Amino acid sequence: MRNLFKIAVRNLRRYKRRTLLTASLVAIGVIFVIVFVAASESFKSMIINQVTGSMLGDIQIHKKGYVASIENLPLTMNMKPQAAAKAEQVLQNTPGVAAYSPRIKFGAMFSSFTETTNVRLNGVFPEMEMRTVPLLAGRITQGEKTIKKGEIIIPELLAKGMKIKPGDMVVVIATNKDGSVNGKQLRVGGIIESATGPGGRDGYLHIEDAMEILRMEEREISEIAVKLKDFGQLHSIFAKINAALSREQNQSGKPVLEVHTWEALSPFFSIAQMINVMTLFIKIMLIAIVLVSIMNVMIMAVYERIREIGTIAAIGTLPSRILSLFLIEGFSLGVFGAVMGTAISFAIVFILNLAKISFTFARQSFVLSAQIRLSDVLLTCLIVIMVAVLGSLQPAFKASRMEPIEALRHV
Amino acid sequence: MGLIEIKDVSKEYRIGEVVVRALQHINMEIDEKAFVSVIGPSGSGKTTLLNLIGCLDKPTQGQIRVAGTDIGTLDRKRSAAFRGRHLGFIFQDFNLMPVLTVYENIEYPLLMVQNVPPAERRRRVMALLDAVEMAEQKDQYPDQISGGQKQRVAVARALVPNPKLVLADEPTANLDSKTAFMIINLMKSMRDRFQTTFIFSTHDPRIVGEAEVVYTLVDGKLNGQEKGRGKN
Repeated sequence: MRNLFKIAVRNLRRYKRRTLLTASLVAIGVIFVIVFVAASESFKSMIINQVTGSMLGDIQIHKKGYVASIENLPLTMNMKPQAAAKAEQVLQNTPGVAAYSPRIKFGAMFSSFTETTNVRLNGVFPEMEMRTVPLLAGRITQGEKTIKKGEIIIPELLAKGMKIKPGDMVVVIATNKDGSVNGKQLRVGGIIESATGPGGRDGYLHIEDAMEILRMEEREISEIAVKLKDFGQLHSIFAKINAALSREQNQSGKPVLEVHTWEALSPFFSIAQMINVMTLFIKIMLIAIVLVSIMNVMIMAVYERIREIGTIAAIGTLPSRILSLFLIEGFSLGVFGAVMGTAISFAIVFILNLAKISFTFARQSFVLSAQIRLSDVLLTCLIVIMVAVLGSLQPAFKASRMEPIEALRHV
Repeated sequence: MGLIEIKDVSKEYRIGEVVVRALQHINMEIDEKAFVSVIGPSGSGKTTLLNLIGCLDKPTQGQIRVAGTDIGTLDRKRSAAFRGRHLGFIFQDFNLMPVLTVYENIEYPLLMVQNVPPAERRRRVMALLDAVEMAEQKDQYPDQISGGQKQRVAVARALVPNPKLVLADEPTANLDSKTAFMIINLMKSMRDRFQTTFIFSTHDPRIVGEAEVVYTLVDGKLNGQEKGRGKN
């Protein structure tokens, strides 16, 4: 095998310019894939991290049917205390859960005494909420980075529009599930910047204030946001929680609660899916580039070496060995292109990160921090090498099937 | 029984509508350790005859036995294995692998065809390099040596698997007369040393007589067998 490699590599070196040109084409394909995947994965993970870490959480639990009508924030679809307690018990017993936060979500009228508008609010336990969505505190740009009783954190658009600053007094008026209206005066504790996705323009207040405004005698939770220890285990832990909670059934035998990952709750998941499709198309382009360039160069290699093939066949080289000789040549060309492309990709990503390219997505600013994952490099190189061998297969087969007498006559 | 037995062998080619009778009813018997020349003008069928004996082509009619094997019955893979085990080839254009050194070219059949262990391989290659007086050029590539030297390397490559028979098709056609004689003499000395049968084709009248037995082909027919000057 070592000798087959030696001959293959020497044959590649024999036509240096052609080998370099083909390997460069392969390398360009590899660079496109690795750099695009590194940049897009970085973009995806930043946005997902922002979406899940600043408001959604990784997983959410609701009363069955709540998500379908989430835009209306229906108080009638809140969980009963027993159901919420059961959900919390399941979460406490699930090892991969790092934190969770029960929320009462409701729509309200927000008044600065001179102006009034609508607002969506989350009543939360501050410590539990901060543990579950740790980036929330970072979004509070003015005032204290916590949620105290008797205070409200308002969205920045609202603050700008109504010229409200921390320390001002406001009134929140809401209708409870029975239709009665109640209001409460609150102090503005802070101003929170907008974030991408649902809930990105919500205000926050203490859960007890929310219960008071809504005149709740017992706590009826709208949703429980869950943070996982390892985001990579999202689907397995989701499955465990879902399985445990699906045993909670109403009298008609239907589940009381529903569980969703962030993917079902954020529109960004569709964008992430589109990025994945684009990555797939770029990989298909890579395959096409490698297939065409390697096949082309190997067809040329066989054509130019017909007499050599005839000679080695005449002196007794078995067809299988001639096949191997050309397959290894294609393999070596693929490896050379893949290694060259990977090395250049690392350099490009290093430069991209040095350049600190920033971009804005849904009013939020991010700095590109591209990371090349070993698995992506290995997968890309594996695709390239496999396609290189595949591209060499037809020319190699043709070489191995050549009649020595015909090949020796070739001029 | 001779090393090669050719019984009523004919070979026809079809080129479009035209049937070319390259060989017609050839009968020959060549002994072991013979030094044989096949002569004739261009198109007389010399190369076709060597290709048939060399298991590179199959006769349209008749039977060829080489080293006791009816080579017409061998399939593609067995033909290759038979050639690798029993035959050596020397070509008019030398046909050395340009990416291999002189040493590696000679080593090639042992490495890629016969899978001989490294120590034995080295011993046999070095012995042949000395025999063809190319030891000093062993690390040079074919494009760095002369035509005569290339043919010496080709002779060594043909002999290295210890074949029973070496077939040389016009081995001196691309060489000047002095070098041509040197190559023929080298082949003969190799025959004496390794007891290998040599058959070479030529239309070069200067070296025809160097063979011990000379077969003449004219228009695909055997036109006689005579003893050459080379017969002791």
